[in-house]
Amino acid sequence: MSLDTVVEPGDGALLTVPANGRLRIVDLHGNQAVDTLFYDSHDIDNRYSAFDTIRAQRAVYLTTGSRLLSTSGDELAVITDDTCGRHDTVGGACSQESNVIRYGVHTRHQHACRQTFLTYGARAGIGQRQLTHNVNFFMNVPVTSVGDLRFDDGLSAPGRYVELTASRDLLVLISNCPQVNNPCNGWNPTPVQLLGWW
Amino acid sequence: MKHEIPAAAAWSAPVRAGRTITLTALADNANASTLIIGADRLDRLNIPDTLKSQMSARIRAGMVLMSDRGLALATVVASGSDWHDCLIGAPPDRLLQLELAKHGFGAADLHGSVNFFSKVRVTDDARASLTFDPDHARTGDSVTLRAEQDLLVFVSTAAHPLSTTEPAPIAVHIETSVQTEPAEPGGPELRAEAVRALELTRELIA
Repeated sequence: MSLDTVVEPGDGALLTVPANGRLRIVDLHGNQAVDTLFYDSHDIDNRYSAFDTIRAQRAVYLTTGSRLLSTSGDELAVITDDTCGRHDTVGGACSQESNVIRYGVHTRHQHACRQTFLTYGARAGIGQRQLTHNVNFFMNVPVTSVGDLRFDDGLSAPGRYVELTASRDLLVLISNCPQVNNPCNGWNPTPVQLLGWW
Repeated sequence: MKHEIPAAAAWSAPVRAGRTITLTALADNANASTLIIGADRLDRLNIPDTLKSQMSARIRAGMVLMSDRGLALATVVASGSDWHDCLIGAPPDRLLQLELAKHGFGAADLHGSVNFFSKVRVTDDARASLTFDPDHARTGDSVTLRAEQDLLVFVSTAAHPLSTTEPAPIAVHIETSVQTEPAEPGGPELRAEAVRALELTRELIA
């Protein structure tokens, strides 16, 4: 095993995962959102694209078999195991600024995922311009036939996990979501475990 | 300013705060894949933030298109259709990227786009499966956005990525807006989150 670490809510990680490496994210306590971005480690402009990924699979939710594509159409990783069942990639990451719009100015200085992305991403030259629409592992964002979208209570449970296999050398940028203003973390952000084999 | 973008072409222009930009379909099955970047050249249209703050999986009249940094870029003040796709992204060709390059932008700026005039149906199944609606866009359909700050607007008229039909031309009309308040009587209803974004934007930069 190459990696075994626990990430507290509000904290993050920047991982280097080589091609064919397997990364498992374990939802230790259930209903925790894990905001995640993927970059080609040799070209950070070739990064995860939520909407190219959705187009290619012609479905909104991610699960086993979903190919995570880049803006250039390259396959960055594949979800190769999933005991949760589905994951979001439309809801984006929380930010202090979007919290103000959604919940009011009193949330302006609560910690948010994009703070974590910028903190950990800086080590690899990933700044505001390199941030994009992310995956929210374990997060439940129903999109319906009448065109509605909402954040619902999670479908996950303690110990459920998702596993990815890297299709090329990757940088994986993770924020374990600290959001307390909606049910994306069951109103109670909790730690997750990262396991890696490569 | 009036301009006609031919089918399968790309176009871009600055749109000053307070002006409106109207896109009109000049043939059935038109598609206008649109990216918006603030005049500060960093604050981009953020589709996920736009959708989650307004509890919608489509773009329709009364929605504010929001930026990465929580500001209002534009308001959809009128729309002949109640569904503009925003889940599929722009066509994976070079058209928009070339247009971005004219302004000094690159691959790092390929954010989620709105595919005006196109509809992709969502099925209520285990994966929220998507199918293109081939009978949605009609000749003469139009959508009007009001710029809430100085913008750069990028439009591609390539066919929708899930469409099998030929691309169509789009007319663009930019004019000075007479509307000054975020919500006007008789205009589309705005959610509280949309009003908050508009008020904050006006206080700060518009």
